Amino acid sequence: MEWGAPSVTHALLFSVFVIASCGLTYELVAGALASYLLGDSVTQFSTIIGTYLFAMGIGSWLSRYVVRGLIARFIQIELAVGILGGFSAPALFLIFAWAGAFRLALYLVVLIVGVLVGLEIPLVMRILKQQFAFKDLVSQVLTLDYLGALAVSLLFPILLAPHLGLSRTSLLFGLLNVLVAAWALWLFRDQLPGQRWLRGQCIAALLALCAGLVAADWLTTLAEDRLYADEILLTRTTPYQRIVVTRWKDDIRLFLNNNLQFSSRDEYRYHEALVHPGLSAVPGARRVLVLGGGDGLAVREILRYPTVERITLVDLDAEMTRLFAHHPLLTVLNDNALSSPKAHVVNADAFRWLEQNTETFDFIVVDFPDPTNYSLGKLYSNVFYRLVEKHLAVNGVAVVQTTSPLYARQSFWCIARTIASAGFNVTPYHAYVPAFGEWGFTLASRQPWPAPDHYPEGLRFVTPATVAAMLQFPPDMGPIDAEINRLNTQILVRYYEREWHQVVQQ
Amino acid sequence: MNRRQFLLTLGAAATAGGAYAWQQDHGKTPPLPPGDILGASNTVGHRLRRMQFPEPSATEKTPVIIVGGGIAGLSAGWKLQRAGFHDFVILELESEVGGNARSGQNAITAYPWGAHYLPFPTQESRAVRELLADFGVLQGDPYAVEPVYDPRYINFAPQERLYANGLWHDGLWPQVGVRQRDLEQYRRFQELMGEFQRQRGADGRKAFAIPIDFSARDPDLLALDRLSMRDFLLQHGLDSEPLHWYVNYACRDDYGCRYDQTSAWMGVHYFASRDAQARDAASDDVLTWPEGNGWLVKRLRERLEPHLCPNAIAWRLSELDRAILVDTWHARENRSIRRLARLVIWAAPLFQAPRVFRELAAARTTAIAEFQYAPWLVANLSLRGFPQERRGAPLSWDNVLYDSDALGYVVATHQQLAVHQEQTVFTWYHALCDAPPDQARRQLLETPWRVWAEKILRDLSRPHPDLRALVTRLDLVRWGHAMVRPRPGFVWGEARQLLLQPQERVLFAHADLSGYSIFEEANYRGVLAAERALTALGIPFGSSCQVFGAG
Ligand SMILES: Cc1cc2nc3c(=O)[nH]c(=O)nc-3n(C[C@H](O)[C@H](O)[C@H](O)COP(=O)(O)OP(=O)(O)OC[C@H]3O[C@@H](n4cnc5c(N)ncnc54)[C@H](O)[C@@H]3O)c2cc1C
Repeated sequence: MEWGAPSVTHALLFSVFVIASCGLTYELVAGALASYLLGDSVTQFSTIIGTYLFAMGIGSWLSRYVVRGLIARFIQIELAVGILGGFSAPALFLIFAWAGAFRLALYLVVLIVGVLVGLEIPLVMRILKQQFAFKDLVSQVLTLDYLGALAVSLLFPILLAPHLGLSRTSLLFGLLNVLVAAWALWLFRDQLPGQRWLRGQCIAALLALCAGLVAADWLTTLAEDRLYADEILLTRTTPYQRIVVTRWKDDIRLFLNNNLQFSSRDEYRYHEALVHPGLSAVPGARRVLVLGGGDGLAVREILRYPTVERITLVDLDAEMTRLFAHHPLLTVLNDNALSSPKAHVVNADAFRWLEQNTETFDFIVVDFPDPTNYSLGKLYSNVFYRLVEKHLAVNGVAVVQTTSPLYARQSFWCIARTIASAGFNVTPYHAYVPAFGEWGFTLASRQPWPAPDHYPEGLRFVTPATVAAMLQFPPDMGPIDAEINRLNTQILVRYYEREWHQVVQQ
Repeated sequence: MNRRQFLLTLGAAATAGGAYAWQQDHGKTPPLPPGDILGASNTVGHRLRRMQFPEPSATEKTPVIIVGGGIAGLSAGWKLQRAGFHDFVILELESEVGGNARSGQNAITAYPWGAHYLPFPTQESRAVRELLADFGVLQGDPYAVEPVYDPRYINFAPQERLYANGLWHDGLWPQVGVRQRDLEQYRRFQELMGEFQRQRGADGRKAFAIPIDFSARDPDLLALDRLSMRDFLLQHGLDSEPLHWYVNYACRDDYGCRYDQTSAWMGVHYFASRDAQARDAASDDVLTWPEGNGWLVKRLRERLEPHLCPNAIAWRLSELDRAILVDTWHARENRSIRRLARLVIWAAPLFQAPRVFRELAAARTTAIAEFQYAPWLVANLSLRGFPQERRGAPLSWDNVLYDSDALGYVVATHQQLAVHQEQTVFTWYHALCDAPPDQARRQLLETPWRVWAEKILRDLSRPHPDLRALVTRLDLVRWGHAMVRPRPGFVWGEARQLLLQPQERVLFAHADLSGYSIFEEANYRGVLAAERALTALGIPFGSSCQVFGAG
């Protein structure tokens, strides 16, 4: 093929179109990535566009210093843009997740890609200069340049970003840049000294980008895994909450609406402390009620008592009880407790269910999420405990998860007082659960609670001696004044908000 | 244009385009939800005005007839029943009793159509306390200084919040962006009202009592009636803008009138009369239910079921020598029935009396012409989900908007014990007080559903931009003559005093007689009329209306 033939000219002009679309793609990818990771899209887009244009200006200016070997330089610049721009998205992702200094890397990448892209067009013009009158040249090149940019600006939001994702989009356009380089290499093969060296570079770049495309998903996961620290085993969004189960080494954790519910490493401490001091104090207990606690871990502990005939578990979320009844990773944790013929799962609102039922129980476990809002606060009100009282057999015992007496001391004593106001004898106690810290419980019974002198076999935490220690409150957790939590004040929600706010600030 | 400019333009256009697309996505107005205007009273009103009723085709004898099944009529029936008297009927033109305290019910919840709460009854509201004790709301001694109320019926926290300056404030007084001098004036106003609350008249009675009949009559106190509430504030050097908003809101909310249209005596009464205490509750807590006072209506209805005669319009009332004749039209069968009674308790709005009651004395007819009525519009919006909460105080029972001519909304599911609620009903209130009542009433009745629906959704979309898409149904009730207006000069004026003098055989018993409309007044008027009837019939009873030996 002869230099100057119309087909060569068209080919070069077409590559202008490709180059232009690649250039804009990198700019948009950087902008979108920054707004995705940093938020505030208007700021991110405008600073990135600004930096990019500035860098292109530098590139154009630098182009005057390229005097010899125009075509070889052009090819090398294309390769550099392809590699750098192509890998910009996955690389920035990884940097954000693993290395920090993300902003610095971002603007550095934008700056360098911008400089290189700024060099491209002046060089192409100079290559084509011999072919066209200057006037036509400028008009043709710039028209295609604009058209390429326009194409991408339309494709990017409609097709590329939503369907390919940012990483694959940038890699794909990097590949296009490299293909332009390869094509130029082939077109000008006669005029180029040191071809082999350039060809080697081309092939290496092509291979790298292809590999990148294949591995794009893996790269993204690598970054996301790092962002969420632990491996996410399962997520479910139910009408009531977002359930997330994570694993880090052998530790499985359950989060409900981002609040840690248990860590498999130490949940036995929590659930043994929740169940045994109360249940062992009701010899021969037959009917047990669990309110909340859809994870079945309290049920697992209750099943240690052969006298128990029937356990009714009332939990709002059917998805939650279904998961903990059937998911193999989770049933290992509760020893298939929810599939026990003794366990009866009811998916209902606990308050409503208690209102509509008349059954009584020998032992009642009240294990609700902390009173973080006015809705949950109702489950800690005197009206609620009066209802619990109606469902408790004469010699029965109830136990209530009572938040942390250390971090939320007034909340803890507020709940204890509120339970007492419903006509109960109350016995507050606390246990250390590493995942939570110091945690509190309150026993409620009609007669004073008799401390059990023995517990079921095989417990890892609860013994008569540890329970005796649980009953002791050091001065920093000891009783303080608190009002009764009533529905018309919901004072507990205020206490709780204030106290945990202070914890977070420390 | 060079390449840089071009790219810059493109980038800007992309950002702007993105922002626009986002807005489009979020600002797209969904179509109006389905909905209707409910209630038959307007067409019935027309009928009454033109007196198009067939002549009676049957005659019955009923010793006591109660016309109107609102709180006043039902309370009268309740009192008769407690005295062991059972020969009475309650005629109600609507298909359901309850009047302004009616309620509705859908798959989500029960909800109010009008009256939605009851403050703790004062010592003087003996009948209300007895009624609440009867229904288990008040536990123990009904006359205790600090009675015990079932906590399920005391308004749950958080009670109220105010949307002002793009932010929800806890309570009805803005807390952010209020100047020091506003706060000082607010405090001074509260002190002033506290003094009025403690004040006693020359006869030892409270200066401002509920029921209003128990208030002192000292001339300097009654003089307040000739002033408007706005002028009262200004005379006391109170000119703070948020304070004026607050007092104006209270008047609009309770009386359906702006504060410049409300008697200062009545305005002060709002702040100074509610001094009742309750065990384990603040004295400004209130009693409420998902269906508002409709819950009390349901209890009354259960008790009075055999006496209720709904879909029955009393259209002619005439005093014969030995009996009173009451003709009623029964819409279902399209026929009229004549009843002969010894006594009639008129518990329908007063303005209807002259049309129906032929022999009403001219002086009384003239006095009734002095009664003006505020038109109200109430909407119930069913929501498939709760709107997203933005900044500030959390969703409360009563939610009020500062910059709105409406009164805000009440959340029907708030008083439910269930912790998780997916759907809800908002009850939106609007007293049309910016035009003279007749004109406002015409506007109320002539404006089509579509226009109201748009207005309501616009009003509520300011704090809740996502609300419109959540509404699955929007129904309206128009209360043309919702409540009597306590305008200056009226409350202690001659017209009302004249009508308070008891007649022998037709006893007026509507809340209108009190000059303003609340549950306690309706109940008091009904019970008082029932006691007069019992006296006339020679049936013994223990009075619920005597506190100081006066009524
Ligand atoms: C929108 C709204 C909100 C309110 N909110 C509250 C509140 O929160 N708390 C509060 O205490 N008060 C509130 N009120 C005031 C309320 O009016 C009183 O509480 C009380 O319900 C009035 O009762 P009543 O029996 O005196 O009158 P009405 O409720 O007017 O009862 C009169 C009855 O007579 C019937 N009737 C009329 N004409 C005839 C006829 N010719 N034949 C047969 N029957 C007839 C009517 O249909 C009606 O049922 C509110 C009022 C409205 C309109």
